[in-house]
Amino acid sequence: MTLFEILRFAGKGLTANKMRSALTILGVLIGVAAVILLVAVGNGASVSVQNSLNSLGTNTLTISPSRGGTGVPSRPLTQADATALTDRNIAPDVGSVTPVVTSTAAATYNGTSIDIGQVIGTRPNYFTITNSPLSAGAAFTDADVADARKVIVIGATVAQDAFPGADPIGRQLLINNIPFTVQGVLASKGSSGLQNADDTVVAPLSTVQYALTGPGNLSQLVVQAASADVIDSAQAQVTAVLGQRHGSTDFRVLNQQQLLTARTQTVDVFTVLLASVAAISLVVGGIGITNIMLVTVTERTREIGIRKAVGATRGAVLGQFLAEATLLSMIGGLLGVLIGIGGSRFTIAGVSPVIDWNAVLLAFGVSVLIGLFFGSYPANRAARLRPIEALRHE
Amino acid sequence: MTPVIDIAGVRKTYGHGDTEVHALAGVDLAIDQGEYVAIMGHSGSGKSTMLNILGCLDIPTSGSYHLDGIDVGGLNENQLSLVRNHKIGFVFQSFNLIPRTSALSNVELPMVYSGVPRKERLARARAALDLVGLSNRADHAPNELSGGQQQRVAVARALVNSPSMVLADEPTGNLDSHSTEEVLGILDRLHADGRTVVVITHEDHVAAHAQRVIRLVDGVIVEDRRAA
Ligand SMILES: Nc1ncnc2c1ncn2[C@@H]1O[C@H](COP(=O)(O)OP(=O)(O)OP(=O)(O)O)[C@@H](O)[C@H]1O
Ligand SMILES: [Mg+2]
Repeated sequence: MTLFEILRFAGKGLTANKMRSALTILGVLIGVAAVILLVAVGNGASVSVQNSLNSLGTNTLTISPSRGGTGVPSRPLTQADATALTDRNIAPDVGSVTPVVTSTAAATYNGTSIDIGQVIGTRPNYFTITNSPLSAGAAFTDADVADARKVIVIGATVAQDAFPGADPIGRQLLINNIPFTVQGVLASKGSSGLQNADDTVVAPLSTVQYALTGPGNLSQLVVQAASADVIDSAQAQVTAVLGQRHGSTDFRVLNQQQLLTARTQTVDVFTVLLASVAAISLVVGGIGITNIMLVTVTERTREIGIRKAVGATRGAVLGQFLAEATLLSMIGGLLGVLIGIGGSRFTIAGVSPVIDWNAVLLAFGVSVLIGLFFGSYPANRAARLRPIEALRHE
Repeated sequence: MTPVIDIAGVRKTYGHGDTEVHALAGVDLAIDQGEYVAIMGHSGSGKSTMLNILGCLDIPTSGSYHLDGIDVGGLNENQLSLVRNHKIGFVFQSFNLIPRTSALSNVELPMVYSGVPRKERLARARAALDLVGLSNRADHAPNELSGGQQQRVAVARALVNSPSMVLADEPTGNLDSHSTEEVLGILDRLHADGRTVVVITHEDHVAAHAQRVIRLVDGVIVEDRRAA
């Protein structure tokens, strides 16, 4: 009996009950497609985290307050700290410094409320330091900061949400019921998977402090090293200067590399979780194959008896039912690969998926193995039947 | 000349203890090449049990069976499959064709398992269907055929691998008189070609086709009569 004959019988067996075969294939298909898609989403999230952090420039440091030693309350970061860091004599490798306060706020436009991820109050050099060019309009100026004018630069997502299809420049957005004039729009940076850099509003530091956070403490200092080569010495100088001013290390200095690692680790955990869920659905698909093959074997016991009566060996029967199971899982696997790859072309939950070809191979391989593994029990049961017992089966 | 079929002291017991049934209670029988034998007896006398053992579909509880001189009791499962495939053509009362599969494919089946190349297989299957007068029904599935036609397909399947013997368990039990004559005519021709034929029947006019009639009662042979 040739392989071709085995496949022919298997194909006949599958087409005999098309609905059932299709549903079983669907089970495997969903499993395989889920593995490919979810891994691609995780992968895409990790890639975009990297991109968005890289786009911030690799020569920036972010300083934020942290708890000092045990029980020592941290001293807040202040404008004076920012000024101290710009002193060329004690911190020669620091290029420029910008203070940042962040806040969340409710915004409305024409009576509809708009979600804003983050309101950032800062100085005009924020845009150059964090590598955030504008796609339209202009950034605010030092004069705006000095006069605490109510002007804002909005992220691409906010522009899209608040003014769909319209030019936002010159329009007024109500933030916490205070009217702000939109003066510029940030170029899109894309989502980092966990945080959407486009879902922000940037306003003059003084304005945000008066209107939203209250005067005083800063959320962060963003420091740009004089060049990418001196980032490490810049970090050492920042730590030394602030440590001296505060009397303890009650702050954290993160450089982009560390941020990148931290974020990527988070995303990796996320990816593993997604992949596990997908793997479970693949196994469930496999159990579906066992189930269907068991039903098939029971239903076709008489047929097995006939085949054995005319001379089918145990191997021939085993081969036929194994081939049926494997064909089911292979078709499901192939379609799953196609749909997984096709689906990865769309943006999912704000992430553009990046296909991991290893995951594709693995998912397909596992689906075929699942057919063999989960099909072998029913196939063996079929093959072991004695002809007369099988023929007497009702 | 060694007989095609040679069984000695064959017993078949079903169940245990109180429910024990001795379907065959010690049967000795030798059938020569080319004989046409009818097995008769009351319902439950063990006819089917015996024929299933002769067809290697079942194994006796005790006793020996030599087929063409081969000790069947010493064969493993694969060798038994081979024997069924090459030496035995079995016809069932209930036809036992594979559903949703054309008459031609059903007839092809034994040759698929014996590895006959596709082309030759098709040619032989068509010839066999021709022999039973069904070449115009080759593409019909069993549920598109009458009972008599189904049984003729089954006979074609039984003879297509040129087995040394054809065993038929009440092949005409479900057929009307016209179909019965057709099927018996085919068996007669097989016999005329020198094939060994063993038929179970309840009907005397069917048994009349055979040269030798064996009668079973309660699992033992009580009569073994050869026609003149
Ligand atoms: N699988 C089985 N389990 C238990 N008892 C069985 C089994 N098969 C047959 N028997 C018993 O063995 C005896 C012989 O059965 P068998 O089928 O050989 O009879 P038969 O002569 O072919 O009858 P019929 O003419 O009705 O077909 C019967 O008493 C039957 O009940
Ligand atoms: Mg019977």
